[in-house]
Amino acid sequence: MNVKTMSKNLKIAPREKAFYFFTSIGNYTGASASSLKEFMEKINEVNVKSLEFHLYRGDFEKWISEVLQEGELAGDIRRLQRLNPMGESLRTQLFLTVSRQMRRSAI
Amino acid sequence: MKLKNEIAALDVTDWRILQALQENARQTYTAIGKQLGIAHSTVYDRIRKMEQHRIIKNYVALVDAEKTGAKNITAMITVYTDPKVSEKVAQKLCEAHEVLEVYTSLSEELQIMAKIVAETPERLHEFISNSVAPLPGVLRVRTSIVTKKFKEEQFSIEPKQSQNL
Repeated sequence: MNVKTMSKNLKIAPREKAFYFFTSIGNYTGASASSLKEFMEKINEVNVKSLEFHLYRGDFEKWISEVLQEGELAGDIRRLQRLNPMGESLRTQLFLTVSRQMRRSAI
Repeated sequence: MKLKNEIAALDVTDWRILQALQENARQTYTAIGKQLGIAHSTVYDRIRKMEQHRIIKNYVALVDAEKTGAKNITAMITVYTDPKVSEKVAQKLCEAHEVLEVYTSLSEELQIMAKIVAETPERLHEFISNSVAPLPGVLRVRTSIVTKKFKEEQFSIEPKQSQNL
């Protein structure tokens, strides 16, 4: 996997492996994330429709597992998906899930 | 036929030959000659020159994809780009076999429009996600999947256009 590891929780994905936020099939918002830190920032910025679109397709889980190689976080996101959160509640829960992993990795 | 600044000056015979070919590109030089009242050798010479100058670019079969059973979907995408790199983005799109047509437009902001085919909506999404969104300078992409086609034709010479010359 072409991921550059700069520190324990700051893996930087190359441009072609970054996460690109869409709101539906083929509709790219212009927001992308190359690291977990950037991903967390974008969770707070993008249209919540984009979060719903990717969560229920399993795109977040796949990218976090395959590109960032954060298996534990991918599992947390899978569990979050099963709770069926929507709208701003989804944004908050996703943000908390990712920030918890950031803290865990920093220890 | 004369070329001026890469623009060919076609005479009435050239236009009529083009019109005949657009109606049926498989007809013989003799058949075109009879139709237009000129020698088949004239038809041959004119067509050869127009091919050499790329006025006639190609002869292709127009396939009705639906009748072949192919289940491709068609989508029109609008790619909003940084104007500095729009040419490069358009060229990159042209390289992809999924992309059939690429145009640029200057309306409120610079846009690239492209016609794309894919096997499924998921494959379309993968293509845009993996091959369009990551291109440097792409700001956002809007996609419309075609649900019904009402008309699809190539540019054709109007009979009046060739008769009035």
